[in-house]
Formats: sequence, C-alpha cells, structure tokens
Amino acid sequence: MLNVSIYRYNPEVDAEPYMQDFQFDTQGKDIMVLDVLEKLKTEDPTLVFRRSCREGVCGSDGMNISGKNGLACVTPLSEAVVKNKLVIRPLPGLPVIRDLVIDMGQFYAQYEKIQPYMINNSPAPAIERLQSPEERAKLDGLYECILCACCSTACPSFWWNPDKFIGPSGLLQAYRFLADSRDTATEERLANLDDPFSVFRCHGIMNCVQVCPKGLNPTKAIGHIRNMLINSAT
Amino acid sequence: MANIRTMSFDAVIVGGGGSGMRAALQLAQSGYKTAVITKVFPTRSHTVSAQGGITCAIASDDPNDQWQWHMYDTIKGSDYIGDQEAIEYMCQTGPEAIFELEHMGLPFSRTEEGRIYQRPFGGQSKDFGKGGQAARTCAAADRTGHALLHTLYQGNLKNETTFLNEWFAVDIVKNADNAVVGVVAINIETGETVYVKSKATVFATGGAGRIYASTTNAHICTGDGIGMTLRAGFPVQDIEMWQFHPTGIHGAGTLVTEGCRGEGGYLINKDGERFMERYAPNAKDLAGRDVVARSMVLEILEGRGCGPDGDHVYLKLDHLGEETLNAKLPGILELSRTFAHADPVKEPIPVVPTCHYMMGGIPTNVDGQALTIDGDGNDQVIEGFYACGEAACVSVHGANRLGGNSLLDLVVFGRASGMFIEKQLREGINLKDASEADIEAAMSGLNRLNASSDGEKASDLRVELQTIMQNYFGVFRRGDFMQEGIKKLEELRPRVENVALDDKSNAFNTSRIEALELQNLLEVAEATAITAEARTESRGAHARDDFKERDDENWLCHSVFFPVEKRVGKRGVNFTLKTREAFEPQIRTY
Repeated sequence: MLNVSIYRYNPEVDAEPYMQDFQFDTQGKDIMVLDVLEKLKTEDPTLVFRRSCREGVCGSDGMNISGKNGLACVTPLSEAVVKNKLVIRPLPGLPVIRDLVIDMGQFYAQYEKIQPYMINNSPAPAIERLQSPEERAKLDGLYECILCACCSTACPSFWWNPDKFIGPSGLLQAYRFLADSRDTATEERLANLDDPFSVFRCHGIMNCVQVCPKGLNPTKAIGHIRNMLINSAT
Repeated sequence: MANIRTMSFDAVIVGGGGSGMRAALQLAQSGYKTAVITKVFPTRSHTVSAQGGITCAIASDDPNDQWQWHMYDTIKGSDYIGDQEAIEYMCQTGPEAIFELEHMGLPFSRTEEGRIYQRPFGGQSKDFGKGGQAARTCAAADRTGHALLHTLYQGNLKNETTFLNEWFAVDIVKNADNAVVGVVAINIETGETVYVKSKATVFATGGAGRIYASTTNAHICTGDGIGMTLRAGFPVQDIEMWQFHPTGIHGAGTLVTEGCRGEGGYLINKDGERFMERYAPNAKDLAGRDVVARSMVLEILEGRGCGPDGDHVYLKLDHLGEETLNAKLPGILELSRTFAHADPVKEPIPVVPTCHYMMGGIPTNVDGQALTIDGDGNDQVIEGFYACGEAACVSVHGANRLGGNSLLDLVVFGRASGMFIEKQLREGINLKDASEADIEAAMSGLNRLNASSDGEKASDLRVELQTIMQNYFGVFRRGDFMQEGIKKLEELRPRVENVALDDKSNAFNTSRIEALELQNLLEVAEATAITAEARTESRGAHARDDFKERDDENWLCHSVFFPVEKRVGKRGVNFTLKTREAFEPQIRTY
C-alpha cells in the first residue's frame, strides 16, 4: 500500500490546515497522480482539487507533488513517490481557497499586466499577415505556456513580490509578444516593464525551468527581455 | 424576487471555450454589457485539446483552392444530413474568420511564402471529389486548439469582457412566454447562487463525451447545456450521432490527431498490414472518421487486433523521421511517451476508436437562434435563447464531422451568433421579466440536491452510466441491445435524481458540481439512447447491425428528441444553397 499524504483545509470547518494520510492500493501500476486523487475522491468526496483535460494541456491541476511543482495528470507515481510516500500540497505562495485549490488572482493579474495580446495598429491585410517560418520559429518555446502557475509559484522572487514582480510565466508571455514579428508595440511593452521590480527581480534561480511541465524556459526569455531593456536604454 | 441576488447583462454566454469566447468577443467589441459564465478558467476549456487544425479554404497550400470544394466535402462527410445552407455559410465565411484570428495573433505554423501552413486531413478533396487529396487544415503545429483558445482569451482581455470564472450554470430561467431570460448559476468558490439575467442567453457549453467510459474528452465535457435545455423542455437534434475518433490512445483515451495520418502516418494490424487500403482504396487512412473507426473495430473483431488481448491497432509514424515529427507533431510525441509509453520516433502508438465529438445538439439557425418545432412541424425560434459550437446543431456536421471542422464551426458560428445578437440588441430586445416562481422553478433541482440526505455516490452512478453507454451505444449498434440499454437508463434515473450530496459546504464544493454534472450526463445519455434506437438505418457515425443500409426514403432527415414526451420526431434537412444548386445525396465512398 502506498502512503499518500494530502494537504487539507476547508475554511468553513478547519481552524488551520493539516496533512491527512491515506492508504492507496496502486495494484502495482504506474498510474498518474491525478488518477490517485480521482480515486481518493470517490472515497472522500470532500477532497477538492481542480482538473480538466487530464492530458497536460489545460493547466488546471498544478500542485506541489512530493516537493516539486507539477501537473498531477502527467506526473506518474514513478516520478513522485519517495520511500513509498506521496505528498501532495497546493502550489506554494498563493492563498489557499480549499485543499489543493489556490486563489490564482495575483498570478492572472501579472499576466494581464503585460498586455498579453497582439498590438499592431497598421491596417490588416485582406489575408493573413505574412510571417516567415524563421520568424515564426522564434515563438516556439513561448506560446505553448498553459498558465498552470507551476513556475511562478516555484519562484522565490514571486513569493516575495507577487504584486510587483511579473513572475516567470507572465514574462515568458511578455517575450512571446516582443518576439513576434507581427507585433509593433515593442517600445510600449518595454516601457511598461522598465522598473526595478517587473523584470529585474528575477535572480536567475531557475526553479521555473526545473518545474515547467511543458519544458519551457522562462529564464532564457527573461534574459532576452533584460537585453532588450538594456539596449533600449542606451 | 426569489431569495437570491440578480446580476443583469445584455448578453450572457455560458461556456468559455472557443465558440463562447468568439461570441463574447464580438459582443464586447460592440460595447454591450457581456458576461461569460464558465465553470473553469477559460483557457482550461476543452477547445485547448484540439490538435491538428482548423479546416478552411484559405488557398495557401493550393492557390487555386475553393471554399466550394470544402463545402462539398463537408456535405458528403455529413452523409447528407448536414444543413447545406449552414455548411455553405461556414465554408464561405471561414477564410474571413481565420484571418481575423491571425490578425489577433494566433501563432499559425507557416509556409516558405510566409502564409499559414495547411496539412491534409480526412475526407478532404479538390474539385468536388475528383481532384485527389487536398491539404486544407490550417495548423499551429499540433497545438491548434491551444493556440486558438489562448488567442481568443487574449482578445477578450483586450476588449474587457466580464468573466464569471469558475461559475456553474445550473438551469435555464424561462419567463411567462416560455422565453429564456437568463440562468441560475453558482459561484463555485463561495457557493453563492445568483440569478444571471440577460436579454440574450448563449449556450456554448461544448460536448458531453463523458457519457462514454472511453473518451478523448476532458473531465468537464458533461453536456451541461444539453442537460439544461432538455430539463427546460426544449428539444435536441441528431443527438444519436456520436463521433468515435479512430485514434485515441489505448487505455488512456487521450487523442492522437488525425494530422498524424495527414502527415503520412498510417494504421496497421497485428500482421503489419496497412488495412485501410482494403476498406477505402482511394483515401485509405484519410477516409471519413466513421469509416476508419468502423474498419478498425472490424479488424479487432476479426482477430487482427494488436497487443496481448488483440484489442487495439497501431498507428505507425516512425517512417516520417524524427525531424518531421519534432517539427509537425511535437505534442503527439509528448502524449504518446507519457500515456502509451511508446516513442513514436521508434515504435507505433497503440490506438483504438474513442468517443470524441457530439454532432447533435441544440437545433439552431445560422444566426445561432435556438429552435423548437411547433405542432405543425414548423421551426419556431425560442426567444432569448442561442447556441453555438459543439453544444449547437446548426447543423454543419450532420451524421459525421470532418476533422478540422469543429474549430471552424465554433469560430464561424460563435462570431455569427455574436453579430446577430448585436443587431438584435441595437434594435431592442423586450422580454418579460421572470417572476419569482420562474426563478424558483430554475432552482428546484439545485434545492433538491442540497436537501438530499441519503442516496448513492455520484462517482458510482457515473461509472454505471458510462458503462451502459459504452456497451449498448458504441461504434456498432443493434435494436435489441439498445432497448436493453434504454431500460437500464430508466432504472438509473431515479437513483441519479436521488444522488447523495454528503458535502454541503459552500467553499469550492466540487462534489456539488459533480452531482449536477451527473444529472446533465443522464439527460444526454437518455436522449442519445432513445433517438439511436429510433433511427432504423445506418448513416454516418450511426451504424446498426440490424439496419445496415442508409435509408434516404425514411431517414434523410434530422431526428428531434422532445424531452417532455420522450418522443423522437423528424425535421427536414436544408437543401437550399445561395450560390449554386444543392448537392443531391450520393452513395458515400472514399
């Protein structure tokens, strides 16, 4: 039997959060962490977590799994169980609503701050705006972000300044638009980021890179933005 | 008023997926007070899982491509019960809708000329079936749905749409004239129940693949809009038509895009034979999805399936080479490695036909207005009520949807619904206010659930429902089996209505939501079952062992399920094109 320890907190009932232990029969199978949670929920319907696509593309089930942020639906037990124990907590650094569900308001607010949409005020052509495969390739590794918040909630700089530091996810998206040959608001975008906190609170710790379930590299994108900011200042 | 808060909007869209956000964008741009009610944060909607692309004649791959050829393919694919007027509108308007998305920033893959990359998909042809395979599906690698959904969310942020994120619509509020004047909804985080009042209520609630045990659909695809519609006494159309996607990963159910076969992959049986050559000599692995899915099941039933239990076949991709696979199908490599423990660069992916798409839904006209049928068999607009996307049946897919047409459907008709509502709002919409009793009526199901004290677990009942649907209403169907299935669903109904809700708390209570979703699943399952049994022919995705032929004399029509009497009626298919004469039904071969 696998020992599963889960963070529990229901604000209507519990004065403070606690860890609850469950025994789980894996039947020797290397199933996903989400499968474990789904099964446990059939036994204890009060257990609460988010989930949707169950294939790693919707970003609902980001959580802290045996100490590392990840998506429950694409994390197999073989990668998460240490000494026959699986420990599941909510993503760290943001307020907990209930059990494994966090309030992602601050995370989304940082995303909205970077103007996450194409800006191009020239009249649109009758067909698509042309873009070469090489120009388009610059968006690879950027546009795939699923907003799961695994990276930002693994970032000590974001823990300290969730209201002022955009965080790795938001900055990856900021660079996604800076890097897009079709976007014409480079100056405006850089001006919005040009303060001591938005970008420069990144200290290159690279927790974001380590945990991103899509294999993306926010630190590299942040490096590009830094260079652009420095170059635009001279 | 009933004892709950009221929020008022010009337009309320239920569902934050592709069609809902496209409709919302249109209305937000026009300045009307618009809200989207969505049970998950919008980018978690199931549109995000669409992979291969969005089919549209933008004449990039072939500068001479014509939307009329796309129209022909779609009508043929529908096995001739797609409404030709709607298909014409979709294929003709499509390029405009695609270019808008590109201008909004959708990161499409590109050709050397800098245009949008298009790949071949099933059922596509040039020159009305006479010019060979076309490549008409616009793609952003194999993450087109993700790219599209995020772009639409971004567009809505830019236009300041109001989002009621993680709110769950429970039931429709109707006024004294039987018009729809909003919904009762729960704020999942706080448990508060609110009457969301609106001059126009748009259902963009997506599909219900979770009625089956094996599905490519997300956990959230529980047919909530269909459930609410049926409980309100309004009909649904062609609900027996369920698409089984040929390539769901065996065991896990996760989707492997048809784009794999578009890029040159093919299916093999245990003997390594490319068996689709026998079933569809011309189109082979790119025949219609219904044709490919049935061929796979026949291979398995005749003992040529793969694996220790012979219960699946293989999708072979390794011959395409690592470079192509990394460039064109990176998401598939990731999914296969994760869920099939197979690396497509070296070995084939085990696949099996898996429930994927609901062709039926709320009948609408091209403007998104929901319809019912009056006593004389005439279409009747339901005032205040609209639908688009998978929840709607407009009907562009008929009995079988072509790959890449679902994303086109949701942007074209999300947009069309938004434009039409905008026009109506400008002209003035006057609907009678709901009375206290009207709102109470919409809360009765929720009140009953909240008061439940005994009963069975939602999770157990859900498994039972999914097993019944899988066993009795799958790829191949038979009358006596289906009658048995209907009986089992009848027995299930009182148990589902009496489902236990042990967790009564208000804070993010997902047990309550799952119990409500179960009730919606049951409505969809029952409508599917009764209608499938009634349609005594084989057409498109509906294949019967006891009625193997298509029966145009009796069934070249939509089925309409009326929930109050649980009766199946018929509705004519539209054969009126604006730009040319209609396409007459032909024998459908690939």
